[in-house]
Amino acid sequence: MHSHKVLNVIGTVAILFLVFPLIFIIITSFGTGSTIEFPIKGFTFNWYLHILDQPDMISGLETSLLVSFIASAFGLLIGIPAVYAMFRGGIHHTAWFQMLFLSPTFLPEVVIGFSLYQGLIITLHWPMMISLIVGYFLLGFPFVIRLVGAGLNMMDPHMEEAAWISGCSRLKGFFKIVLPNIKSSIAAAFIFSFINSFNSIPVTLFLSGPGFNMLPTSILNYMQENYDPTISAISVILMLITTLIMMLINHFMGLNRLLK
Amino acid sequence: MKKRMILLTFPGILALLLFVVFPMVQIIIPTLSGQGSFGSLYLNFLKDTYNQRIILRTLWISLLTTIIVLIIGVPLSLWIARMHHRIKKILILVILFPMLTNQIVLNFAWIILLGKNGIINHVLLSIHLISRPLSLLYNNTSIVIGSVYLFIPIMVVSLLGSLSHLNIEVEEAATVLGAHPSTTFFKIILPQISTDILTGVIWVFSWTMTSYTTPQLLGGNDDLVMSTLIYQQAMTVQNWTLASVISIVLIIISVGCILIIRSLIKLLDRRVAHA
Repeated sequence: MHSHKVLNVIGTVAILFLVFPLIFIIITSFGTGSTIEFPIKGFTFNWYLHILDQPDMISGLETSLLVSFIASAFGLLIGIPAVYAMFRGGIHHTAWFQMLFLSPTFLPEVVIGFSLYQGLIITLHWPMMISLIVGYFLLGFPFVIRLVGAGLNMMDPHMEEAAWISGCSRLKGFFKIVLPNIKSSIAAAFIFSFINSFNSIPVTLFLSGPGFNMLPTSILNYMQENYDPTISAISVILMLITTLIMMLINHFMGLNRLLK
Repeated sequence: MKKRMILLTFPGILALLLFVVFPMVQIIIPTLSGQGSFGSLYLNFLKDTYNQRIILRTLWISLLTTIIVLIIGVPLSLWIARMHHRIKKILILVILFPMLTNQIVLNFAWIILLGKNGIINHVLLSIHLISRPLSLLYNNTSIVIGSVYLFIPIMVVSLLGSLSHLNIEVEEAATVLGAHPSTTFFKIILPQISTDILTGVIWVFSWTMTSYTTPQLLGGNDDLVMSTLIYQQAMTVQNWTLASVISIVLIIISVGCILIIRSLIKLLDRRVAHA
């Protein structure tokens, strides 16, 4: 069929367009030249070792992982009770709660970063690390509301009611019945808030500074002064992190479910 | 019971009041009074031709990106949706991968490709199509290319769900009745996914408009967009009031654009329905 040919061509070209740039990064990370070149002349792993000589990148990676982890954990801690109350607590005007809880998604990331910089660092003199945790928390919180909310909606409320009738307290019912049933949604919410925080650039730029280095800022600083395969190498490391995250998402919720 | 339940939402409400509402109010208040009358800061900002150029550039880049993403994304989604199950799964992985990857990586790829010593120039030089390297990087075009690259997956993700559920027999019926494939595409497939296209368009447009990393890394120093202007005013110039003004203008323009896109599509939809 004629239309299938057209579709095949557009589809193939588009997929190549998406894949090729990433493949070039991988190839250039093994080049022996002192700047990024293609085709590469020799093959070396040295640029990966060179990352280890960049204390900013190493400490940046550590703090980025730590701060994203803390922020996502806070998101769950604050988000799960709120979602439970909204969907199972029988409280009114849940639409208003939802709007407030999802409000960070309606704000540009640059504005979130700038407003927190003004509100927390300049006005309240909060330390940078705490402000950054807050910023990352805001990026992840809507995922908790959406994903855990969806998980709770899919769970049959009768299961919990059965537990109450059998003499379970509301609290015990929550921990014994509700939590185990929505644990994959919770895991997904955690992974999504984590990767969104970890990858966030504008919020990080506003809320980190000298003495408090994050991975994105250290890479951007390095890029300003160098154009060598170290950047390709660290990019490959970041792609490996993405791969790991995708495997986790696939494990907890199945990648196909994302598109239903 | 209900009262105790509402307590569970308090940490969340408190957090968002303190971390979203308070900082936003904090940046809005100084922009309202400023020197002179109410709103004068906004008028001054909008009157300046330099700022007008930045606003128009931002809108133009977003519009162009959205149109290109639409042209590539819709057929791509349809193609993936019609694939055999196993290949489809691999293609979905390819689509999701950039969405979960740090934007520095995605933009850096285009620095490698488009740079003066980049791969594209290298290839063009070696086949003697050009005699001097072209400056492909650090202009509006490179921002659009980078943004298209970033946002094609968003469009695909918003379309793939409903495209996979389309009833293929309707298209077969159209073909049997003698419809040209393009007629089938525009009259049968598109109307069925118009709401998802609208969602995709709104996402791509507003995210391009507010995205910071791509214009920062792929745009030139003279090609600021609104988000990079906010950062420059806030952190380099330290003119916080102006940065606040631009932030508010950015939010208002992007919300306004979303409303316009929505009503435009509704208008089109009605015409399709009446046709």
